[in-house]
Amino acid sequence: MLVVDNLHTYHGYLHVLKGIHFEIKQGEIFAMVGSNGAGKSTLLGTIAGIYKPRSGTIVFENEEISYGKVEKIVEKGICLVPERRQIFDDLSVKDNLLLGSYHRYKNDKKSVMEDFEQVLDFFPKLKTMLDRPGGLLSGGEQQMVAIGRGLMAKPKLMMLDEPSLGLAPLIVKDIMNILKQMKKTFGTTILLIEQNVKAALQIADHACVLDRGEIVIQGKASDLLEDEKIKDTYLGISKKERLKL
Amino acid sequence: MELTSQFIQLIFSGLTIGSIYALIAIGFVIIYNITGLLNLAQGDFAMLGALTCISFVNMGFPLIIAIAVSVVIVTIIGGLFERLAIYPARNSSTATLLIITIGAAFVFRGISILIWGTQPLALRPFSGNQNINFLDATIQPQSLWAIGISLLSLAVLYYFFNKTYLGKAVTACVVNRFAARLMGISPQKMSFWAVSISAGLGALAGIVIAPISGASYDMGIMIGLKAFIAAVIGGLSNAPAAIAGAFLIGILESFTEGYLSSGYKDAISFTLLLIVLFFMPNGLFSKVSGKRV
Repeated sequence: MLVVDNLHTYHGYLHVLKGIHFEIKQGEIFAMVGSNGAGKSTLLGTIAGIYKPRSGTIVFENEEISYGKVEKIVEKGICLVPERRQIFDDLSVKDNLLLGSYHRYKNDKKSVMEDFEQVLDFFPKLKTMLDRPGGLLSGGEQQMVAIGRGLMAKPKLMMLDEPSLGLAPLIVKDIMNILKQMKKTFGTTILLIEQNVKAALQIADHACVLDRGEIVIQGKASDLLEDEKIKDTYLGISKKERLKL
Repeated sequence: MELTSQFIQLIFSGLTIGSIYALIAIGFVIIYNITGLLNLAQGDFAMLGALTCISFVNMGFPLIIAIAVSVVIVTIIGGLFERLAIYPARNSSTATLLIITIGAAFVFRGISILIWGTQPLALRPFSGNQNINFLDATIQPQSLWAIGISLLSLAVLYYFFNKTYLGKAVTACVVNRFAARLMGISPQKMSFWAVSISAGLGALAGIVIAPISGASYDMGIMIGLKAFIAAVIGGLSNAPAAIAGAFLIGILESFTEGYLSSGYKDAISFTLLLIVLFFMPNGLFSKVSGKRV
């Protein structure tokens, strides 16, 4: 569904993405993990059209989108749920959700309202706080609004940038379950970026590790969970400690 | 009775000028929040509106049509200004854009001198010269027009921004430009609309004030600066606070004029600006800011 090939992105003189290659299949959850500064957010930003790549291609459903405008890419069915949620603080939860379908509201108001009901059924908790300003919600609730707003765009591919950031462990679990459910209910393909490696690998089908702008390990998520190197570097369980256990 | 009547009179003239500043200050706030641009040509839209309207009235058009047509024309000028001057430079630094707007202001003034000359022109009051007596205070009917029209425009703006989908999309741009972009809201389109609407509002403000203060090619400088102060006092990102700031400046000026001397009124406004910037740089009405992350 999405094929990224030999992608190079720069921030000024800084070479951030150094020849990224990966492929996401229809209907799967693809997790991309890595530490701070590995280039994860830059990669999502490049796919979403915020940053322009220096070279390489991004092909979505057999159509090249590497140099497209953000608005056009949203229309094609890719939506980005950004880091730190970035919901509209001053607007009500309802308005936040409805604005998610900005690109199709004018032509298709009826189906937008249907989707609105569907999203509310998916997040029953939001039903009770539709009129509350987004800025007054808790972190977990804000993340629900951000994901719900993303769903309102009716994306074929939803990209999430660190949805667990700053949330309590229990809520992280909720959010991960939501993503799993979302894949089932809406058939949305998901590209998930996480620093919470364990949580991400547990729900993902495929995954890769990004390190300083390059993909160093790629494979089935379940295999990566068992990978010694990943255990050492990202899960914080070294071999010695495990032997002790 | 003498004191109260003077007081009421000063309040009214403060509200009148304040409502004019409010219309222009809103333009500053809208454009600043959507594009990050301080449009220093904002006051000159008021000048263009006033002078265009006077020309149409002199040609014999009925006042109401002259007003409508001039507002539309200035709105279009605003749109052209955005497409021709701002849009091509949209990736430049803030300072560059700021200088572009200053340049545009000079262009507008220069063109106005060519068309209308340097002498101030007058527009007749909307409903005669008969002053109204209210508790012994003399109030020009034009004052009521100014206050009424600006309150009405503010109400329309409120409705647009809070009740319509497009308005909410603009608000979303104001609240969080980055996220709005991710929703497919094109900042370039919004910038175009923001500058056009602000130009139209400015024109309306200029037309309404013209019967009171006259209209000349350089009237935009002071009006624009005062509205800018109002917007800064309000924190530049908050429309209701900018409106409050505008009325505050208006009333402060009119009291200075009435009780001290008219020579001091500009000094007082600018002093207020400095005080606010020194002690409350986020604006007079800013709450202690804190955001959940």
